Amino acid sequence: MRWTSVDDLIRQWRERVREAAASGRALCLRGGGTKRFLGRPEQGELLDTRDCSGIVNYEPSELVVTVRAGTPLAELEAELATRGQMLAFEPPHFGPGATVGGCVAAGLAGPRRAAVGGVRDFILGARLIDGRGELLRFGGEVMKNVAGYDVSRVLAGSLGTLGLIVDLSLKVLPRPVAEASLRFEMDEAAALHRLNVWGGQPLPISASAWQDGILELRLSGAAAAVDAAMARLGGERVPDAVAEARWHGLREQTAAFFTAAGLPGPLWRLSLPSDALAIELGGAQLVEWGGAQRWLRSDLPPGEIRGRVGALGGHASLFRNGVRDGEVFHPLTAPMQALQRNLKNAFDPAGVFNPGRLYEGF
Amino acid sequence: MGEQSGLPGFGRAEGDFSRVDVHRLVQALQGVLPAASVLHDPEDLRPYECDGMAALRQMPLVVVLPETEAQVVAILKICAGQGVPVVARGAGTGLSGGAQPHRFGVVLSLARLRRIIAIDAHARRAVVQPGVRNLAISEAAAPHGLYYAPDPSSQIACTIGGNVAENSGGVHCLKYGLTIHNLLKVRGVTINGDIVEFGSLGLDAPGYDLLPLVTGSEGMLAVVTEVTVKLTPKPQLAQCVLAAFDDVVKAGDAVARIIAAGIIPAGLEMMDQPATAAVEEFVHAGYPLDAKAILLCESDGTPEEVSEEIGRVRALLEEAGATEVRVSRDEAERLRFWAGRKAAFPAAGRISPDYYCMDGTIPRKRLGEMLQAIQAMEKKYAMRCINVFHAGDGNLHPLILFDANKPGDQHTAEAFGAEILELSVALGGTITGEHGVGIEKINQMCSQFATSEIAAFHRIKAAFDPAGLLNPGKAIPTLNRCAEYGRERMGASRPAAHPDLPRF
Ligand SMILES: Cc1cc2nc3c(=O)[nH]c(=O)nc-3n(C[C@H](O)[C@H](O)[C@H](O)COP(=O)(O)OP(=O)(O)OC[C@H]3O[C@@H](n4cnc5c(N)ncnc54)[C@H](O)[C@@H]3O)c2cc1C
Repeated sequence: MRWTSVDDLIRQWRERVREAAASGRALCLRGGGTKRFLGRPEQGELLDTRDCSGIVNYEPSELVVTVRAGTPLAELEAELATRGQMLAFEPPHFGPGATVGGCVAAGLAGPRRAAVGGVRDFILGARLIDGRGELLRFGGEVMKNVAGYDVSRVLAGSLGTLGLIVDLSLKVLPRPVAEASLRFEMDEAAALHRLNVWGGQPLPISASAWQDGILELRLSGAAAAVDAAMARLGGERVPDAVAEARWHGLREQTAAFFTAAGLPGPLWRLSLPSDALAIELGGAQLVEWGGAQRWLRSDLPPGEIRGRVGALGGHASLFRNGVRDGEVFHPLTAPMQALQRNLKNAFDPAGVFNPGRLYEGF
Repeated sequence: MGEQSGLPGFGRAEGDFSRVDVHRLVQALQGVLPAASVLHDPEDLRPYECDGMAALRQMPLVVVLPETEAQVVAILKICAGQGVPVVARGAGTGLSGGAQPHRFGVVLSLARLRRIIAIDAHARRAVVQPGVRNLAISEAAAPHGLYYAPDPSSQIACTIGGNVAENSGGVHCLKYGLTIHNLLKVRGVTINGDIVEFGSLGLDAPGYDLLPLVTGSEGMLAVVTEVTVKLTPKPQLAQCVLAAFDDVVKAGDAVARIIAAGIIPAGLEMMDQPATAAVEEFVHAGYPLDAKAILLCESDGTPEEVSEEIGRVRALLEEAGATEVRVSRDEAERLRFWAGRKAAFPAAGRISPDYYCMDGTIPRKRLGEMLQAIQAMEKKYAMRCINVFHAGDGNLHPLILFDANKPGDQHTAEAFGAEILELSVALGGTITGEHGVGIEKINQMCSQFATSEIAAFHRIKAAFDPAGLLNPGKAIPTLNRCAEYGRERMGASRPAAHPDLPRF
């Protein structure tokens, strides 16, 4: 695409959205395409967001960065690292081309999620083009802002169905001074119990993973706090390089659990109350986020998985593979579905953006 | 398609509810509530005529006091059926007039839904009804070594339902987050009586994440009937550093240095000299009175962590030119350091018959400019202003001192406040960091947002409440109001044009 400035690009995009809306065509918003597997199948004519790239404003002492949606996530993280800062929610890239806009639209967070918050907790503001072709700005670059409905946070996990994100203001945090990882042998029930007990104590746990009888913990914070916690928790210290590779493998799903061919079925993501007891659903499970996120590889019918998880107050999504043109996300209650549909219509009445990516109809 | 297609009628002009039939309404409400829960005698309505923004008063037609969620559903169905405005109300401590009644409407008080349903220590969550006071949650969780982190200064009185509706903050939200960051699930009732749950007991929910949309929505999208909050383990130790500066800009610079050094203190607050003097006289916290600004910086965690952090903070404050640095030696001294800051509002009330609290947030680096501008405004409006800030996150609370009994003072204070808000926007910030727009800042919304954005807000509102019955006239201005305000603002920029034009 030819354009001379970001303003020109935005003008072109707005025009394109208006034309699509007027002619009843759909647009498929895509950045690096690293998360195309998520949700229901893509539809519509491709709009590549990578044309809109670059860091607009970075103020380390204000803990804020404003970045264009098509900026490579790796580029942003490298820039933050030069100032000793990070995206604390540790978003997965799932490939070298991941963009910041895609990261927010996918709404996925990594191992640190339970300790610091998810994608939406770090969004301060956004500009987006709605389905009428209007350029809208919500939120801003300040930490506290309650003027108007908090639309920018709703973009997290919306899979590009509400609008075309132009840029985002994100809260960043300092990298922890010290980190150390520990390893314990225990079964799933014991691990879930310990994780919840520890969660109620002032311990600097920044990540956890249980799989096949092994619980791993990561501690992050001031050196004194990490040392004190290690002394208190016991367990076996994992060498730093091994630990780093492990947490990276979980964040990027390159760990054996996600890639091994021997395991059955598609990959399910179960979001549960952290204290939900271990549930037997056939296949294999990997527990993260202190018990609140559980990965499942199982051939059980979707209805059975959703029923069991829903009964515990959680929800189940078909994360990778499996039948993707049915409902891949957990069904909504009727009143909730009506609200979500109405919200989609409020932003995108003609159904231009990624139609059907989230649920059938929006 | 134009920017205003799909705009609901209430987005253009305020709805006309003058045809509400109060007798029919009271009769229907009495059919679903005990007689004592339906107030309509003017004498009984009087306590509800305003919230914490006492300058704005309006009597409602009826006040209802349900005791169960089922009663809330029944009330909303009646109001939806008869086209009656509904204003939800918690403790009425809001500072922006958000709970101010509608003259043709019902005030729906949640004060009697005040049960703590469950404290689950193992899962670190509490399930409470909306009328439970903020502090009561922490008190109930205390035996388990847990607390509810957001701590607005009004926490002994304000309700969790009100906190959700305003996305309230507190002095510790730099490290522990705002209300939104400490919620798992909010259960609410829409205007047509549907029960909906936002969020979940897990860390996310399927579909669009509507929890942040409902949080801070000022009672405009749904009535909150149950809140599940996260509980946080109490830190082992907290210690506070008090630093004095001979220049406010230096104090602002010290804040930036602390954050740039990778420290996120548990609290980071600033007061200017007049504010320090006002609170010192009131609570005798031992603040240095000759300082142009004082900073309070709190560190919490394990004893090792705290001493490490306090050492670094002290060094940074000294480098930034602090004239004095004191570290609290014990819990009593720490609480004394905080007592002054937490008493800023009552202290203002003590030195002045009335005060008007502003709530803009600006990028921290613009603090010096803002303070200088406020000083100039004090001269321009011949009115005093004392300043307290949540310095860590740039949220300012200038307190404008005035006397409502003096003719014209109220309007002058409002004009002074409006100018501070306009400047907050111009400096790249926002008109409200935590107190909400309500009715108080509704005009300044027109400065912060473009018409197309205001129209988008109205469409969101209509997605939840197509007839515009929940808290009409609040938080989001009509496009007509903005058009008028735009004209008024242009007029006001000419010296002495319409000096006494009412702003509301
Ligand atoms: C001395 C003082 C100090 C304060 N300090 C702080 C502070 O440090 N930080 C801060 O953020 N705020 C502060 N506030 C402001 C105020 O206390 C908060 O906004 C608080 O959250 C309001 O709670 P409330 O129960 O009093 O709500 P109300 O004032 O009754 O209502 C506020 C808004 O919420 C809506 N609402 C109330 N309950 C519900 C419900 N159940 N469902 C839907 N909507 C509802 C109302 O319609 C209204 O729009 C302070 C106020 C005072 C008077």
